[in-house]
Amino acid sequence: MEVLSLLADGFATSLSPFNLFIVIIGVTAGLFIGAMPGLGSVNGVAIVLPLTFIVPPSSAIILLAAIYYGAMYGGAVSSILLGIPGASTAVATTFDGRPMAQKGQAGLALIAAAVASFVGGTISVILFTLFAAPLADIALSFGPAEEFALVLLAFTTFVGLGGDDSLKTIIMICLGLALSTVGLDLISGQPRLIFGDMPGFYSGISFLVLAIGTYGLGEILYTIETSKTAPKVTNARITFAELGAGLKRMNSLWKTMSLGSLLGFFVGMLPAAGATPAALMSYGIAKQTSKTSDTFGKGNIEGVAAPETANNAASTGSLLPMLTLGIPGSPTTALLLGGMVMWGLVPGPMLFIEQPDFVWGLISSLYTANFAAVAVNIALIPVFVWALRMPFTVLCALVLVLCIVGGFAPSQKMHDVWLIFAFGVGGYLLRKADYPLAPLVLALVLGPLMEKSFRQTLIAEQGNILAFVERPLSATFIGLAILFFVMPFLVAFVTGAKERLHVPSKRPKIN
Amino acid sequence: MLLDKVIAGALVLLSAYMMSHAILLPIGWNGETGGPGGGAFPFWCSLIILICAVFVIFRPARSYEADQFTFDREMMGPLIQVIIAIAITIALIPTAGAYVAIPLFLFWYLKIYGKHSWTLALSITVLTPIVVFFFFEATLKILLPKGVTEPFFFPLYAMFF
Repeated sequence: MEVLSLLADGFATSLSPFNLFIVIIGVTAGLFIGAMPGLGSVNGVAIVLPLTFIVPPSSAIILLAAIYYGAMYGGAVSSILLGIPGASTAVATTFDGRPMAQKGQAGLALIAAAVASFVGGTISVILFTLFAAPLADIALSFGPAEEFALVLLAFTTFVGLGGDDSLKTIIMICLGLALSTVGLDLISGQPRLIFGDMPGFYSGISFLVLAIGTYGLGEILYTIETSKTAPKVTNARITFAELGAGLKRMNSLWKTMSLGSLLGFFVGMLPAAGATPAALMSYGIAKQTSKTSDTFGKGNIEGVAAPETANNAASTGSLLPMLTLGIPGSPTTALLLGGMVMWGLVPGPMLFIEQPDFVWGLISSLYTANFAAVAVNIALIPVFVWALRMPFTVLCALVLVLCIVGGFAPSQKMHDVWLIFAFGVGGYLLRKADYPLAPLVLALVLGPLMEKSFRQTLIAEQGNILAFVERPLSATFIGLAILFFVMPFLVAFVTGAKERLHVPSKRPKIN
Repeated sequence: MLLDKVIAGALVLLSAYMMSHAILLPIGWNGETGGPGGGAFPFWCSLIILICAVFVIFRPARSYEADQFTFDREMMGPLIQVIIAIAITIALIPTAGAYVAIPLFLFWYLKIYGKHSWTLALSITVLTPIVVFFFFEATLKILLPKGVTEPFFFPLYAMFF
């Protein structure tokens, strides 16, 4: 078992007092960010990224991963106590979490959410550990053609599985790709898209600027518009007796939780799917297979456990393609990828060979993050109840200041702060008009890789465009990509045909 | 539905603008080195945006199944106020300095916009710049623009650098 010895080495890194401290700070920050309505893991990572310059790069990534993790736990807190999902990933938790809180079982619901998150997280981290090295080995044989095909596949999953308007998804992908080309052309070195020779654009548009703009400023603008009245916080107290009873109750839900973990892990790996649909699917399956399915939606503990295991498992699942292939499985992991590239830790199979200490340190830190998150989560429940009473305007003001200062810090150019402002307002308007933001951020992060691998392949093959389908792996990816791409059009065609036959059909919108 | 078309129209203009800049570099097939030229990627991506956005504008309303969005009219006023306040704050940073612009913004947001108590508004207005200074300037050595207030920071620089 080579994996075990690598993992043991990893624990030597992640269990060092400093990294342990980092993990605890990270999950605590993540829990609060996740618990705040309107802020989820992606917003947290975007806002906190500029602040992580304070620690060494490898610890910074561990910190960001811990925030990601903590936010997944935290999302459930406001779903249960406020009835508003703390992050979109915790939407399904409101279905049964809120009714439980209204019945006076808020404490039990919070324990269930924490324990379920822990189970989902742990099972998926074990799967992650098993899959990481083999997947990285396969990825080692990838040439530029495979890289291009894989990125293309990642984008087409948004069109096929994203559930958003396909035209708008394509627009956002292409906008992200076009924005990623701003700056110097990586092959000829000529400046392009610098918009009338503006010096600020020579260095390109940083993913961080787009992320802080859309997920920081834009998100706050969106929340200002949509939250007119302050929601009511349900009180929750936890006693040891309740904790014991909760654990006992959870012990009978192994089937639901393991199903949710597996589902979450594999759905989370897909770039377009991720934690929110995974949680909704897990809820749906739990409801169908449960013996007490009639009480779902009225405060069934199983309805809390199922989505919470799945969304945590999905967050781990989305780390897998990011770390092994360099293709992020979610917007948050896209930001992690951008951060790693910024610090010179380029994700992908080579990272497993060149920086095994870092890779396995990060993987093992996911185990410690899980333990830390469940402990901090249950211990701090009274603090969450208090924090959720904080007036929303205070949070908004502080986040907006952080967006401005944090946006300035990495490049120290006012140009970037203005870009953040533009992306914030633009992102808010696009989001209002149902344009998905995740493909935009992913495209900006993956754009340079996509263009580079495309042009490298063509240069190596003397301009032979068929090179992409002559290699078996690359051809498979391209084939899958085409399948995903035409899927929504096929669906539209079939439903259109049905409508003409007066058969009503409705596709549920997953967002 | 009109707003949807307006936003798609803005995307058409944006993509046309990006295309006009992309054509400064070769956008076609570069026969000698193989593969497309430097302007190809931005050009063709922008063209796809343009085509899709035109489709969004002209497709029949019935085929559009996503939620029809509206702006909350009551919140539009406050929202525009916040956007203007952020723009003023960013504009003030290079001239009046971050340590004037940010407290001003916080005070406006908390006291005038948020109508919080004096204690809360003033304590956050005063404490935030101090935390920002110690985090970014004293620890990370990232200097924020000070504008005309620069001379007031010389004694502090002497203390921390």
